Amino acid sequence: MPDTATRALDTFPRLLFYHAQVRGEKVAMREKDLGIWQSWTWADVADHVRSLACGLAEMGFKRGDNLAIIGDNRPRLYMMMAAVQCLGGVPVPLYQDAVGAEMLFVLQDADVRFALVEDQEQVDKLLEVREELPSLQHIFYDDPRGMRHYNQPFIHDIEELMAMGKIHNQNHPDVLDAEIAKGAADDVSIMLYTSGTTGKPKGVCQTHHAFIASARGGVEFDHLTDQDDILSYLPMAWVGDHLFSFAQALVSGFTINCPESGDTVMTDLREIGPTYYFAPPRVFENLLTQVMIRMEDASAIKRKMFHYFMDVARRSGADILDGKAVPFSERVLYALGSLCTYGPLKNVLGMSRIRVAYTAGAAIGPDLFRFYRSIGINLKQLYGQTETCAYVCLQPDGHIKLDSVGMPAPGVEVKIADNGEILVKGPMVLKGYYKRPDATAESINADGYFMTGDAGFFDDDGHLKIIDRAKDVGKLNNGAMFAPNYIENKLKFFPHIKEAVCFGHERDMVCAFINIDVGAVGNWAERQGIAYSGYTDLAGKPEVCNLIQECVEKINEELVREGMLADSQIHRFLVLHKELDPDDDELTRTRKVRRNFISEKYAVLIDALYSDKTSQFIETEVKFEDGRRGKVSADLVIRDTKTLPVVKNAA
Amino acid sequence: MSGRKIGEVILDLQHISLRFGGVKALTDISFDVKEHEIRAIIGPNGAGKSSMLNVINGVYHPQEGKITFHGEERAKMEPHQAAMQGISRTFQNIALFKGMSVLDNIMTGRITKMKANFLEQAIHLGRARREELAHRAKVEEVIDFLEIQHIRKTPVGRLPYGLQKRVELGRALAAEPSMLLLDEPMAGMNVEEKQDMCRFILDVNDQFGTTIVLIEHDMGVVMDISDRVVVLDYGKKIGDGTPDEVRNNEEVISAYLGVSH
Repeated sequence: MPDTATRALDTFPRLLFYHAQVRGEKVAMREKDLGIWQSWTWADVADHVRSLACGLAEMGFKRGDNLAIIGDNRPRLYMMMAAVQCLGGVPVPLYQDAVGAEMLFVLQDADVRFALVEDQEQVDKLLEVREELPSLQHIFYDDPRGMRHYNQPFIHDIEELMAMGKIHNQNHPDVLDAEIAKGAADDVSIMLYTSGTTGKPKGVCQTHHAFIASARGGVEFDHLTDQDDILSYLPMAWVGDHLFSFAQALVSGFTINCPESGDTVMTDLREIGPTYYFAPPRVFENLLTQVMIRMEDASAIKRKMFHYFMDVARRSGADILDGKAVPFSERVLYALGSLCTYGPLKNVLGMSRIRVAYTAGAAIGPDLFRFYRSIGINLKQLYGQTETCAYVCLQPDGHIKLDSVGMPAPGVEVKIADNGEILVKGPMVLKGYYKRPDATAESINADGYFMTGDAGFFDDDGHLKIIDRAKDVGKLNNGAMFAPNYIENKLKFFPHIKEAVCFGHERDMVCAFINIDVGAVGNWAERQGIAYSGYTDLAGKPEVCNLIQECVEKINEELVREGMLADSQIHRFLVLHKELDPDDDELTRTRKVRRNFISEKYAVLIDALYSDKTSQFIETEVKFEDGRRGKVSADLVIRDTKTLPVVKNAA
Repeated sequence: MSGRKIGEVILDLQHISLRFGGVKALTDISFDVKEHEIRAIIGPNGAGKSSMLNVINGVYHPQEGKITFHGEERAKMEPHQAAMQGISRTFQNIALFKGMSVLDNIMTGRITKMKANFLEQAIHLGRARREELAHRAKVEEVIDFLEIQHIRKTPVGRLPYGLQKRVELGRALAAEPSMLLLDEPMAGMNVEEKQDMCRFILDVNDQFGTTIVLIEHDMGVVMDISDRVVVLDYGKKIGDGTPDEVRNNEEVISAYLGVSH
């Protein structure tokens, strides 16, 4: 390896060959295969990457070409990313569970000439759309199973590619090093497609510099070393996985671990015991639910012990983790709890060794967040998007605020625009959208700030709070900011509330529709001895209204403490007589509230909320699952809630 | 099924008759099985299908007829000898060890291949240890093949029916059979499980070249995956041929659909 170590480590291929030199014997990747964890050292990885890259060169892959990568997290798929980068090409990972037709747009948009896919399933998807994809010339596959009868000349086993690469490398030993030397830090290193919830997916082009700077910032911020282990199980097409499993691994030299299959992640997690972990909130939620269910089935003594020590943890666990002052007696109890409950529990979850765990992607419930922190798992939140390498804000150790996403990460500049939108600037901001200069110009303003489209504000300690999508943020008549999603999310964190819709834009006060959670409230009603026949009946019970009113008033107490949002306290609410349902077009298929549709459909209810009526009759047509239609009617009770006076800050 | 070559006859059954006391289970049945093919045996309830399988793997001994396997005519043969010769099977009612893990269950499929004696295995040293590692590696290949990694350590009794069937197939495969007898591999499964099972059967046949004899009630499945079909009714053979031939066979139609009088 000529002079790679002495050159600046400013591209991923250079980093890779640097690691192969300085920690060649250290394990870089593991994958569980045939029941055994197989490992690749950094030297192995560098060798494989070299063969792959040379093989690609032999097949005619050129600087600037794009290569699609489709599959689960597999070592050779990660290696291929680096191999493509060696040649100055751009890897384009795609979501592996998309169907062929969904992939087609991205494949066409990215002018993909080469593709590496995991297995037969993915090959079939590509063959399905091949007619409409004339640019695609070669398909490589990682897993040969079931591929024996595919004799099309453009489909190749990755082994063949590597064998070809080995020969090429022997014949032209200097070609690859020359190619690597041509790479520059501001070359595009990866293209990640945004999910396209708003319009067509866009290819976000990020440079080596952007991802290396973001990764280096994160690595230094959390003191990650080459001794760390991470489980790589989230889609490779997602920016978070690219940051954690590729960029940070290459910057710090830690080990990535690929699970055996999607179904075995929990077992693999326990076996690996990662020190660094990322999961979206729903994973943490599922884990907690499983724990709780199993505790219900445990013996009485164990259950008592669990609940006792969980109380201790709730009181002082998070403070101990943050290094705050805690009475000695509490520390003793907590230590005992660690021995009897938290330690074994963490072990079962596969989290015994975790030093840093992150979550992002959706709002995480405060109780959930507190639970993990209280048992001593350093769970933190981060904030970022594909366009910013998922690197904008991080929660610093010891300064965790449940409802904020932390402080701007090192090297990132964050400011709030006049309309509340969060603007960010730094090395991690995208180079541009692929072939979409119009979209690029729209998202980066004249001063070079990327406009995130999120609305938020800094609290008194400099922590950033995200409240909503900027376009959803409205204004109350008195000029105060109104962020419906923020309030609705707060409401939904109560187990009794399933959906909520808040109104307030260009009105004097905030009012809300509430959907109760039939499971949770039904369970509660049973324990209270309240008989009910169905959703409509249950929702109309005065006891249920009281229950919901308590929840709403708690939210009001929280809101009044949040300065800017104190005016958004909910003044009046009603419990809807039917569940909001995607079949009735009230929710999207991903269960997001369709605000405009609802405000038209239930205009009469909104009018009642903003009058002084105490009840309102409504009849609504509903679609049943078998396609029949029916009507639901009810007299809905409208409740006034207790609100607290807003203390105006003179500033 | 382009790459697979159907070879010579490897199992030939001539004039088989089987009686239990006065009850004639099978009467003068002759058919053959060729190497690498998927051969289905169908027929209404009580037609003698399972008896036929039991004759092939030596559970029942027919009073008349001769069986030639790999060119060797065989006299009375016990099931374990059949297993030694490379015939594995699954059962209509799952016959797994419910309390044992999936891994251990599949491991039992390797028993005929284990050479270490009881004492060696008990102290788990030397040859027994090496052997176990080799067998475990083979079992892991089967687990990978059937995509049941996530239940490797789960006791079989806790698994849903469809997965238990798959584990049973795994145990049969662990013996690396040259011929696989499947007794209603898809009975009681939902559509998705059936599709999975079909795919695995085709994959086994395709990848390992295993000859497969299967009994199945689901006509769609049989017609889709088998190369040749034998039809039995009341212990007699009433049809034999490719799925298309069988489908158009008058006698078969009347046995299945009833005859108008």
